[in-house]
Amino acid sequence: MSEQLLEVPCEIPEGSFNPVEPFLRTERIPHIWCPGCGIGTTVNCFTRALISSGADLDKVAIVSGIGCTGRVAGYARLDSFHTTHGRAIPFATGLKLANPQLQVVVYSGDGDLFAIGGNHFIHAARRNMDIKVICVNNLTYAMTGGQTAPTTPSHVISATAPYGVFEPSFNLVQLADACGASYVARWTTFHVKQLARSMEEVLKKKGFGFIEIVSPCPTLYQRRNKMGDGLDTMKYYKQASKVRNGASTSECALTRSGEIVVGKFVDRERPDYYDLLQAQMQETLGDRYAEPEVGCAEC
Amino acid sequence: MHADPRGVLTGVHFLDGDHACCEGTLAAGARFAAGYPITPSTEVVERFASRIPLVGGVFIQMEDELAASIAIQGAVWGGAKAFTVTSGPGFSLMMEHIGYAAITETPCVFVNVQRGGPSTGLPTLPAQADMMQAKWGSHGDYGVIALCPNSPQECFDLTITGFNLAEEFRVPVMMMLDECVGHMTEKVVIPPAGEIEVSPRRYTQKPPAEFRPFEPGDNLVPEMVKAGDGYRFHVTGLTHDERGYPSMNVAAQDRLVRRLVDKLKPFANGRALCDTADLEDAEVVVVSYGITSRVAQRAIELARKRGIRAGKFRIISAWPFPGQHIASLAGRVKAFVVPELNLGQMVHEVERAAAGRAKVIPVTHAGGTVHDPEMILKAIVEAAQ
Repeated sequence: MSEQLLEVPCEIPEGSFNPVEPFLRTERIPHIWCPGCGIGTTVNCFTRALISSGADLDKVAIVSGIGCTGRVAGYARLDSFHTTHGRAIPFATGLKLANPQLQVVVYSGDGDLFAIGGNHFIHAARRNMDIKVICVNNLTYAMTGGQTAPTTPSHVISATAPYGVFEPSFNLVQLADACGASYVARWTTFHVKQLARSMEEVLKKKGFGFIEIVSPCPTLYQRRNKMGDGLDTMKYYKQASKVRNGASTSECALTRSGEIVVGKFVDRERPDYYDLLQAQMQETLGDRYAEPEVGCAEC
Repeated sequence: MHADPRGVLTGVHFLDGDHACCEGTLAAGARFAAGYPITPSTEVVERFASRIPLVGGVFIQMEDELAASIAIQGAVWGGAKAFTVTSGPGFSLMMEHIGYAAITETPCVFVNVQRGGPSTGLPTLPAQADMMQAKWGSHGDYGVIALCPNSPQECFDLTITGFNLAEEFRVPVMMMLDECVGHMTEKVVIPPAGEIEVSPRRYTQKPPAEFRPFEPGDNLVPEMVKAGDGYRFHVTGLTHDERGYPSMNVAAQDRLVRRLVDKLKPFANGRALCDTADLEDAEVVVVSYGITSRVAQRAIELARKRGIRAGKFRIISAWPFPGQHIASLAGRVKAFVVPELNLGQMVHEVERAAAGRAKVIPVTHAGGTVHDPEMILKAIVEAAQ
């Protein structure tokens, strides 16, 4: 890539602001993420998706687990819940069922969602719970120092695999597809336009939606594996990514330095959990069925 | 406030403790339950699954107890009153989220129908061996309330009390049944809804700009909000400040953790629930709870027939422990006899409260059945000597 200087206005006109600012708890900035980390980029895309989707932000709740991506909830100016390690999805399940008017977004990392929280992920997808799961996949446990995750590709060096990872890793999009997710896509933090569009799409999609975002961790993954810094990773993503919408998810496994298949892989119609629950009760109980009320603790 | 009549099955019933507990949750206003099957507690949610579609609410069977115990907290922040149900091994898995409920001050109820342990232990047989776990099982310092019914009627009544206390103090409340109480069937009277007092959630009246979600009131308990109402609030299991934002410093930790414990002091000191008899002239007081209190009753009667002045102190609210009550008795009785279906748990609290001013005699039992009243009687006789 040829180096090119961008022209940046040196004075910020009065009254202007970054369009993502209203979506952030700016009093909590600076954030904890490292230089070159991709999580902030994904948050930027997410706020743009919220704007373009026209969502009522008072009705959007964000739920995170533990880890670097788990801190997203704390920076988003939304009703936000930073839960326990791996349990963002079951928390979100309860939140959504008690208050179905909410748009519930789970925003967490690969270790949180697929190791300690793996069981919850597969069951929420099976139920087609109407929640959207955004997974920032940095291929490692970053918050704790770069240990092996279920997503870490073979031959990568990690803090707990000093001689190289040898156990097979998960292909997250295939897992989500197999469990029945209504929407499955993967992008990298290089693909900001596509990612923001995909996030907008998933927010409008009923049922269990899943977006995997391959994202750099320069501090604990790239550096340990001599893969360069955040910019080098962007170059790798640009060069190695192939957009294949509709690709078979079984052919989308990630490797240490090989091709990254990105795109929207699954977009299908399935009745969600709440629809199924109501249909079953109406069928068996008829007029005796009492529809759940929202916010029943007031009554 | 009175109970919502839709959830109240007014009448005279013949119910087991598990089913009575379920009716208590409905009368208390619970409209969300998440559970995972485990003997001998499953009947609570089986009945809830059958009743709730007629009342208006949701039951979901989750993939494990970790999920069930956090799904209820999501539901609480969504605006529902919610609970989960389990027994020993599942209770162990729920410890993570008892801690989360404590630090996030999420009002919710955990029903634990105790069975023999450790590990898988005696799935179908009684014990009272989770009493310390209920208080200390999750890491860190925090406060909980634990209630110990000894009959199906109390399973109904105290479950309502438990939900009300959860709302008042914003703590996780443990309903500490045991297999015997859960499975014994007796008369249960469910009053009309208008006679059942229910505590509504105390939502803030402040506008979002002025509201700080973890700023305590005079009673040390903050006001609630729920998702979707425009407050854009943050809840975290990290140590946090009054805004709910993570605050990793010694002062914030001290302020938060002390408050989580101190907010229960009014309950511990003035409002502890207990059931006493024959204490005026007692030389020996039998301290018991749950099913063991009913066996102890027999032993006390036998002792009185022998001319021993035995008295009854039945613990209903085990946590916070009613230490002041025990301490006030300790100066004037010879001994406390403490039968439990464990190898000695609440007896340590009795010893601590008695502080050497009265003998404290445990009557231990590893569980699987109830005590023989003669075992307790023998201890009373020895204590009186």
